[in-house]
Amino acid sequence: MSATSADFAPSPDGGRAGEGGSATPLLRVEALTKRYGPRIGCADVSFDLWPGEVLGIVGESGSGKTTLLNCVSGHLDPDEGRVLYDTRASGVQDVRLMSEPERRMLMRTDWAFVHQNARDGLRMTVSAGANVGERLMGVGARHYGRIRGQALDWLGKVEIAAERIDDRPAAFSGGMQQRLQIARNLVTGPRLVFMDEPTGGLDVSVQARLLDLIRGLVRELGLSAVIVTHDLAVVRLLADRLMVMKGGHVVETGLTDQVLDDPQHAYTQLLVSSVLQV
Amino acid sequence: MTAEAYNFAYLDEQTKRMIRRALLKAVAIPGYQVPFASREMPMPYGWGTGGVQVTAACLTPDDTLKVIDQGADDTTNAVSIRKFFERTAGVETTEETEEATVIQTRHRIPEKPLTEDQILVYQVPIPEPLRFLEPREVETRRMHALAEYGLMHVKLYEDISQHGHIATTYAYPVLVEDRYVMDPSPIPKFDNPKLSNSPALQLFGAGREQRIYAIPPYTQVVSLDFEDHPFDPGQWDEDCALCGASDTYLDEVITDDRGGRMFVCSDTAHCRARRAAGHVGAMGAPYEEAEA
Amino acid sequence: MIDVENVTKTFTLHNQGGAVIPVMQGASLRVAPGECVALTGASGAGKSTLMRMVYGNYLAASGAIRVGGLDVATAEPREILALRRRTLGYVSQFLRVVPRVPTLEVVMEPCLATGMDRAAAEERARGLLARLRIPERLWSLSPLTFSGGEQQRVNIARGFAHEYPALLLDEPTASLDPANRETVLEMIAEAKAGGAAILGIFHDAEARARVCDREIDVGAFAAAA
Repeated sequence: MSATSADFAPSPDGGRAGEGGSATPLLRVEALTKRYGPRIGCADVSFDLWPGEVLGIVGESGSGKTTLLNCVSGHLDPDEGRVLYDTRASGVQDVRLMSEPERRMLMRTDWAFVHQNARDGLRMTVSAGANVGERLMGVGARHYGRIRGQALDWLGKVEIAAERIDDRPAAFSGGMQQRLQIARNLVTGPRLVFMDEPTGGLDVSVQARLLDLIRGLVRELGLSAVIVTHDLAVVRLLADRLMVMKGGHVVETGLTDQVLDDPQHAYTQLLVSSVLQV
Repeated sequence: MTAEAYNFAYLDEQTKRMIRRALLKAVAIPGYQVPFASREMPMPYGWGTGGVQVTAACLTPDDTLKVIDQGADDTTNAVSIRKFFERTAGVETTEETEEATVIQTRHRIPEKPLTEDQILVYQVPIPEPLRFLEPREVETRRMHALAEYGLMHVKLYEDISQHGHIATTYAYPVLVEDRYVMDPSPIPKFDNPKLSNSPALQLFGAGREQRIYAIPPYTQVVSLDFEDHPFDPGQWDEDCALCGASDTYLDEVITDDRGGRMFVCSDTAHCRARRAAGHVGAMGAPYEEAEA
Repeated sequence: MIDVENVTKTFTLHNQGGAVIPVMQGASLRVAPGECVALTGASGAGKSTLMRMVYGNYLAASGAIRVGGLDVATAEPREILALRRRTLGYVSQFLRVVPRVPTLEVVMEPCLATGMDRAAAEERARGLLARLRIPERLWSLSPLTFSGGEQQRVNIARGFAHEYPALLLDEPTASLDPANRETVLEMIAEAKAGGAAILGIFHDAEARARVCDREIDVGAFAAAA
């Protein structure tokens, strides 16, 4: 008698996000719009992201989810709207109005961006250790031994063997490259992580391992995250909350399991019912 | 065509003005790479077209010019550039460091300390120190503008992780007056300490890349390093085989096909002056005898 | 503790001509602390639908569903997440976990989510797994490799790891052997004694009779089609 046949169970995280305490969202996006000439990238998108919360953005190719992610993360300049971030140093700031040095500093310290293609997020010509150490050196670390120590620590966290520290990422498998990219991004202790199809292009078994790793890190470090993907299984495992996009517009938002198990919008119903059952 | 057919020092006056403007800007912003409209010169790129243009823009008829290549006055590159300015500018030339008012150099700083009356012009092949890791020019310029120099240390980190120490021995990056990271051209790191607080004006010209930069007199120049791997200019176990100097930059010279070798001063003028003053190295003959 | 008031549920099937299927109307019930209430009714009467609405997994079309003072029908997602973390537990029929995560971690997770320290959470998880007769050698393995009965017991251990003031149980004794069934019934009784408000679906009539104080026939809430 239910609209979906998928059985439901609480996600393994049991919903750890939005834990009281904090009175302001970490990130607030207001009426964000980006046009490509006459075409709409994303239109009038608003959402709040609370500390420790993971927001999934799903939709098909061309739905505007990546445009939205790039606008929010400072990689694209939106035409309208505001991106408010609760900075460590000086409270809530409109990221678009920050000076470029401030914004870049924010992007390489308190924010992280995990690209779908690890090659876009790594320096392929330097060793794994240097890839992880770069952000540390970028904020002034000048002690080789300590930088290397932190790099080793992070390689361990992302399950890369210590003896690979001096190897270049070109010699790594796709899954390892993606894990290295995550280590490189998280080494400065960011509070907000943007991920664009983090498991895209990986083998299914590698995907599971990566998802488990991301889930553990998000939980352990209390990260907030915005994850763009077209893979509903990924958001079911990682996201507390879901935003469904179509044609640049948000058509449905809600608790992840609620949106997937009791979708209200026609497009979401189509999306959910299109997933092959294994 | 005769030498008289050229304007003084080859370049036309408008070009020299343009270069001098770039030089003034470079002096005003130590370590900053100023773009300039590099001209075609009658020599191939890589032979010092940038340095030659800077020298041409600085020379006055009263100047005395010295040109060195790897420390030597008598190598092809040095000889041809010296001849070029003898013909096109008619200026005095010299091999003695202290007599020169303008010194154009490739890959060395003279051993003899420079003075406030001297200009040192460097030939620069690649002016951008960040290019090794960031090939996008737009991005490197932004990094300079925002003083985002973490990447420079990534290069040094790679050195240590691969060799156990900073293995960069030439073109060793420096931080100028606490602001711009600069490539000092391919001088040996041995010469890096001489960049700092020098009484002479130091000008850098990159012809192919169309960049000019400068270190004004008495400017602080610091070689980049790590706290636990401090900058080390390096030294030799040997002394100069000809003049016995123990504090100069040495070239290794292969003397036969049975492994014979000697180490001699790379700065030929300095070595000759020492020998003339009576210093004799392990393989050197007394100066008068050698000249005879 | 759980207060369902005049709840309506419809499904709109946009991809089947926008058919609107009313499935429930006027659903009202109340579960007090320390009380266990069973939902009964024929298969398809809407027992699971109602449970899912209480948990916030299905959206109620109208009405109020208050759990510990929060109206789940209108609450923000993060309020529901906080409620699920601290107040409202759910033991479903099937275990859904991330591949590779060891059983012990799976059971500890609800405790860790409430901020309990690791040692205490692990001690609690160990106690529950032992009580439900999961051999210790399996604790370091992912439960996805287990038999159906073992998976169900891991699921129950996980559901009881944190002592939720309100608990939803969907067929907790299904596919259990007599000894484990007995243990689960004891655990439910203990949760009741501890003051938990429990709403459950029990096809096992004997189990229902033993732990439930009242029965509510969901058929009474059937929508006029």
